[in-house]
Amino acid sequence: MTFASFIAQLLNGLAGASSLFMVAAGLSLIFGVTRIVNFAHGSLYMLGLYGAYTLLEGLVTPLFAFGGFGRTSLGFWAAVVLSALLVGLVGVAIEVLILRRIYHAPELFQLLATFAVVLVIKDIALAIWGPEDLVGPRAPGLDSTVVILDRHVPQYDLALIVIAPLVLLALWLALTRTRWGALVRAATQDREMVGALGVNEAWLFTGVFFIGSVLAGLGGALQLPREPAHLGLDLALIADAFVVTVVGGLGSVPGAFLAAILIGVVKAFCVAIGTQEFVGLEVSFSRLTLVVEFLVMAVVLIVRPYGLLGRPPATQRLAAESASPPRLPRWPAWAPALVLLALVPLAMPSDRYLLVLLTDIFIFALFAVSLHVLMGPSGMVSFGHAAYFGIAAYAAALMLKRAALPMEVSLLLAPVAAGGFALLFGWFCVRLSGVYLAMLTLAFAQIAWSVIFQWDSFTGGSNGMIGIWPPSWLASKSAYYWLALALCALGIAFLWRMLYAPFGYSLRAGRDSPLRAEAIGINVRRQQWFAFTVAGALAGLAGGLYAFSKGSISPELSSIAQSTDALVMVLLGGVQTLTGPVAGAGVFTWLKDELARHTEFWRAMLGLVILALVLLFPQGIAGGARLLWDRLPWRRQTA
Amino acid sequence: MAKADGMSAAPVLEVRGLSKAFGGVRAVDDVHFAVSSGELLAMIGPNGAGKSTCFNMLNGQLRPDAGTVMLERRSIVGLPPRQIWRLGVGRTFQITATFVSMTVRENVQMALISHHRRLGSLLPRASSLHVAEADALLERVAMRDQAERVCGVLAYGDLKRVELAVALANEPRLLLMDEPTAGMAPKERIQLMELTARLARERGIAVLFTEHDMDVVFGHADRVIVLDRGRLIAEGTPAEVRADPQVQAVYLGTGAMYGHDA
Repeated sequence: MTFASFIAQLLNGLAGASSLFMVAAGLSLIFGVTRIVNFAHGSLYMLGLYGAYTLLEGLVTPLFAFGGFGRTSLGFWAAVVLSALLVGLVGVAIEVLILRRIYHAPELFQLLATFAVVLVIKDIALAIWGPEDLVGPRAPGLDSTVVILDRHVPQYDLALIVIAPLVLLALWLALTRTRWGALVRAATQDREMVGALGVNEAWLFTGVFFIGSVLAGLGGALQLPREPAHLGLDLALIADAFVVTVVGGLGSVPGAFLAAILIGVVKAFCVAIGTQEFVGLEVSFSRLTLVVEFLVMAVVLIVRPYGLLGRPPATQRLAAESASPPRLPRWPAWAPALVLLALVPLAMPSDRYLLVLLTDIFIFALFAVSLHVLMGPSGMVSFGHAAYFGIAAYAAALMLKRAALPMEVSLLLAPVAAGGFALLFGWFCVRLSGVYLAMLTLAFAQIAWSVIFQWDSFTGGSNGMIGIWPPSWLASKSAYYWLALALCALGIAFLWRMLYAPFGYSLRAGRDSPLRAEAIGINVRRQQWFAFTVAGALAGLAGGLYAFSKGSISPELSSIAQSTDALVMVLLGGVQTLTGPVAGAGVFTWLKDELARHTEFWRAMLGLVILALVLLFPQGIAGGARLLWDRLPWRRQTA
Repeated sequence: MAKADGMSAAPVLEVRGLSKAFGGVRAVDDVHFAVSSGELLAMIGPNGAGKSTCFNMLNGQLRPDAGTVMLERRSIVGLPPRQIWRLGVGRTFQITATFVSMTVRENVQMALISHHRRLGSLLPRASSLHVAEADALLERVAMRDQAERVCGVLAYGDLKRVELAVALANEPRLLLMDEPTAGMAPKERIQLMELTARLARERGIAVLFTEHDMDVVFGHADRVIVLDRGRLIAEGTPAEVRADPQVQAVYLGTGAMYGHDA
């Protein structure tokens, strides 16, 4: 590595950090005031990019045609600013139409709602701009390069490096010198108190959403000359923004700035180092760039659990609300259901579609129940539960293909592998709580994903692995169906039983009152650590079953999208009930499949269904059904 | 130093030279006292006197800067709360801490399960373990009839009694009660303190409690210690402490404002 190449990479990294800072600052502001973890923030960034492209280049639709501002200096900057403002209005629409109605719902439902918005925005973008990448023009007037230490550095990168501190300054002035800023800071510290002082919370929240969204849109629009607009940006960006926000400290704008720069610099350093040899071992640092920010985050959270400039929040609780305990379903209730399910292949042996769909549902039910163990009774929300699903799928495939182990052995060892990683990652995760814990689980999942994605020679990289089939006795769809039904039912039964055993009770005790739990001799952290491991192992059983049911796997199995799928299943079904996650997994898997077969825009449909459910049944499907049941006229009379 | 005659055994809790400073402020400064089996010792003092800091050092939530805390001749300084509990120290909190998603009985069962070291069990139903033992404890605090109710819906005074039952679950040698009657109606206060005193005598439990209500203190404590600005300023029977001029000065000011003026 030469000094010159490092400087070139550093400038490149800082230019990228500029946008990341804006997105993260917006996310941080919104979280600070509203306590909403806005999953849709990456989508707003994406809209900013698409918006700037369209304003500059024009758009032709069947209904109207718009010429665009043209590639002039003025046109470019007008497009950037206008795009950011339009995205701000989209943010206001999201706040007023959806979030304002559910501020009093449990925080997890707000999360679910913002995730539904992600799905809807993705399909709106697909409908308007199509699936192809849209490459924007260079910024007019800043389209050449400057020579620094014999390297050509784009002028535009230097402009971005200047813009970020200006935005920070503007934000800092707004936060410290205006009445609005004082209210935002006050609400970040104590939301209830600000409400009690007679401040109109609705307008404060809307205002913060506007500013936060403008920042996301601005960050996106400014990237137009550097990065094509595409549909994968939303989740990619939200992961990056989460990392920056958490590393900087939730609610701290200067922290977000610091963290963005730190991560930009570390990334640049990795690229500049390139491939190095250590004691005969080749380590590719440039490949580390996908993971390095998550490594930075893991380190920062372990050393400073509330981020670089963050403070322990007064009320920070991203766990299910404590509620009266759900009852364990007795065998008279579930035995007939199991028998009916077991009879399906006999009754409809030729309906391969149904068998495959039900097999998927069993697998995802186990996956969702294992996540529910963490989210509900243990009070630990995981944004990265797919790590263990994916790790197990790969472990199973690798043992079958590379170690030539029998399928049966591979399937049994898959949960062991997943449990092992859960044991390792969990040790770090249980040291945090709330949003920070959720983010750390996300970081570990992302690390798992990028290792799988990049290790071409071992995991097959982005192509995944194929030909992972069970032996002949399990080859038929019915045989595999019974295997999946048996193993998933056993797994779910074990987890439910565990929740009602002393171990599960101690988890609930730790969630309800850590103070009291410690005062009666419960080592809360250790119990949570074991729960994390068990949940990871059972998610692994689901992952192993999935791999052999499909015959091929890809890194997607441990992606953020897969983690959020599980999250949606649990929340759709309801955290408060035991059967909720099973119902959620069933409805979600079926709905996704059904919608995907009938419309190109299944994500938007799914998102709208989720939004409808969240707005109508804030207790989830199973909770909502129970509520309706309790309200039936003949039930009311007896009550 | 141990006394030869068997009549006065060593104290259950013995505190010496206990000190804690927060950035230059001496919250607790060289405090010493002892509590014996069956005795109710009240720790009083105005707000900011260092009572809570003192309590948190005894129960393991804070580490003292200096001093010794001996539980039945064994040092418990530096142990985490859960280990101190295992050595026989039960606690009730100023703001009740119970498991709100569980029933009253399950709260007590939880403590019993921990006491019998079965927290790692994965198969038996927790709610079917130690039922008789839990009910007996609830009987003692007159909460048996509410055993099936979820703690999240209980009245405050009832929660305090559940806490007492939970604290008794591991047959403690010492009870630490931080403002046991705060937030209760006067009649409930008396009942709770009478119950505590009876349990302490019957089971030989040493009780250390803080309290703001002077009726409770002077009506139920065997001895009283008074803290002011981190220092121990008086110790003795309720009557002695009440008569102490320094205590009167602390509680009533110098007398100029409240005492004698028209």
